[in-house]
Amino acid sequence: MIKLVGLVPLFPLIGFLINGFFGKKLNKNLSGVIASSALFLSFILAALIFNELNYSNVKSQIVVLFSWINSGTLQIPFEFLVDPLSSLFLLIITGIGFLIHVYSIGYMSHDEGFSRFFTYLNLFVFFMLLLVLGNNYLIMFVGWEGVGLCSYLLIGFWFKNNAYNNAARKAFVMNRIGDLGFLLGIILVFLTFGSVSYNEIFQKAGTVQTGVITTIALLLFIGAMGKSAQIPLYTWLPDAMAGPTPVSALIHAATMVTAGIYMVVRSNVFYSISEVASETVAVVGVVTALFAATIGLFQNDIKKILAYSTVSQLGLMFLGLGVGAYSSAVFHVTTHAFFKALLFLGAGSVIHAMGGEQDIRKMGGLSGKIKITYVTMLLGTIAISGLPPFSGFFSKDEILAHTYEHSKTLWLLGMIASMLTAFYMFRLIFLTFFGKFRGTHEQEHHLHESPASMTFPLIVLAVFSVFGGLLGLPEFWHLPNWMSHNLESVIIRKNPSTLSHDKEWVLMGLAVAAATTVIYFTYLLFVKNKVLPAEKEDQMKPLQKLIYNKYFIDEIYDAVIRRPLDVLSLVFHKFIDIQIIDGIVNGVGSSVKFMGSGVRLIQRGNIGFYVISMVLGIVLVLLLTFII
Amino acid sequence: MINGISINYYLLLSTVLFIIGAVGVMARRNSIIIFMCIELMLNAVNLLLVAFSTLHSDANGQVFVFFIMAVAAAEVAVGLAILSMIYRNVKSIDTDLLSNLKN
Repeated sequence: MIKLVGLVPLFPLIGFLINGFFGKKLNKNLSGVIASSALFLSFILAALIFNELNYSNVKSQIVVLFSWINSGTLQIPFEFLVDPLSSLFLLIITGIGFLIHVYSIGYMSHDEGFSRFFTYLNLFVFFMLLLVLGNNYLIMFVGWEGVGLCSYLLIGFWFKNNAYNNAARKAFVMNRIGDLGFLLGIILVFLTFGSVSYNEIFQKAGTVQTGVITTIALLLFIGAMGKSAQIPLYTWLPDAMAGPTPVSALIHAATMVTAGIYMVVRSNVFYSISEVASETVAVVGVVTALFAATIGLFQNDIKKILAYSTVSQLGLMFLGLGVGAYSSAVFHVTTHAFFKALLFLGAGSVIHAMGGEQDIRKMGGLSGKIKITYVTMLLGTIAISGLPPFSGFFSKDEILAHTYEHSKTLWLLGMIASMLTAFYMFRLIFLTFFGKFRGTHEQEHHLHESPASMTFPLIVLAVFSVFGGLLGLPEFWHLPNWMSHNLESVIIRKNPSTLSHDKEWVLMGLAVAAATTVIYFTYLLFVKNKVLPAEKEDQMKPLQKLIYNKYFIDEIYDAVIRRPLDVLSLVFHKFIDIQIIDGIVNGVGSSVKFMGSGVRLIQRGNIGFYVISMVLGIVLVLLLTFII
Repeated sequence: MINGISINYYLLLSTVLFIIGAVGVMARRNSIIIFMCIELMLNAVNLLLVAFSTLHSDANGQVFVFFIMAVAAAEVAVGLAILSMIYRNVKSIDTDLLSNLKN
């Protein structure tokens, strides 16, 4: 089965080609079914591969597909690496991808760009699979750029709205900045090791100076910052919510944004060697987690809240990576994929019921009207808030325990971030599903539960959000932590927990107590006292206003980076381009014209004169050849 | 020596013929005369080729002459056709009048 791994990305590619070329002629349901079944086939195959690898003794198998770049000493084969890490990502991508495809059939059913949507979605899955399967950085880079492209296409899916196009361009440009770092990192890897294949590089990594490793690790991390929306490159992710909701669930919550985490885990050798790099990762992660969580507190757009929550959770994963808890970070990626995809799809279902309304101030009291959405979203919210025994509790607790071992300050910041998470997530639930309906009468009549194709994925994901924690039970409970055992072969540095059991119990208890208190407080605030978010900006307190406007980060970027660049390009345009470059080009032209106007006088159109000059010329040449 | 005549005379005759042709082309304005002068130049060359061919007992030169004659014949056909077209348009075959493209 493992030999057939090439088929896993092939199915979505075929789906992409069919929908891309014949999508317009296919009937609507058929193109959705083709796209979903392509993903389903991939999922079955991925599950079989995962299962086989689980029982196999060889934990890392390379499947060569063809020789790709063959130029002198540079030999880069196109090969896939099947190991516990990539096979786990395969399962997440194809599994959640399949559910979201099914969901999209219902969600996009009224859209005219139906087949175009599935074309892009299948292409995205193809590139994402390439990203995680590649056995060298170059294939990863191809996938990396490909998912960036698909993200751009899908954010700007409703291209008639100019604001959406701008959001798509913003995402693309922000990602480009990160990609440049990633590309430089790959080039440095190649210059240092003479190869880009993982196993060759990681074997030699110990023999290279730490400074070089640090540079490589930091450059790669810049790439991860762009793709996984970390400070300072996170601003594209909230804007990316312009895309259709299934896109937000698949690309901007479950899969693409975790590519940065995948890459850091894949390169964990570098980060284990370089103290500086891993420390940077941890600090950037925790700052992002805290920063984004505070912005989430006062947002009113249901998708924006989830977007900031995603940024915050990604920050938490990077915190885990930075403190060396790689398997915990992957664990959190997995559980986060479950509950965040669930929350986004639930939000999509709410938006669907509300007829396109996204402002939670205009919702309220929906729990009776859309029961399945309500229950599943509530389960997802409990999971993300970290209450036992839901999945988010286990993964978050693992990361925080490792962080506590590493540094108490980072742990405290992480704790605050996760408390804020519980606050804004329950604020969302209470404002959306509790109290009285605050929308228009029309909307109230329109309220209805989504079709089965949308509720089915919600239910499946809810089950996983609840029980996903079983993948990595705490080791000190003397239960099998499947996740960390499984990833043992991938992660070089092991840091078994040295915390005493008492301390772990205390940490766990603290986390649960904090989350419960915050949830109770939120309940008092929004359900008992029926506090509503301010309708207008001038009713807000200064700090609230600052946070509501996202700390004016976009405006600051605009003033500090974009405007000087605009001025600079204006200077380049007016002075360098028009004066110097155009001057040279036009100067060459006009000087030729000037000389031509002199020489033109010789050409009189008199044949006799031409013949005479020709004969004289020949005589001159002959004289010169024979006499001199 | 070819038939008792030194090669120098052939050379001289050929040169004189060629110069007459060249001067004719340069000096005259009547298209037909220019045309005839071109033929004269071609034949001067032919004469030279034949002379040397006989001198060296090498048939290559004569082969060349046949080529040149064939090309000249074709050229005459095309050239005369052009001339008659010019005459139809301009009612003259004076080359100096053919300067409409000058400006």
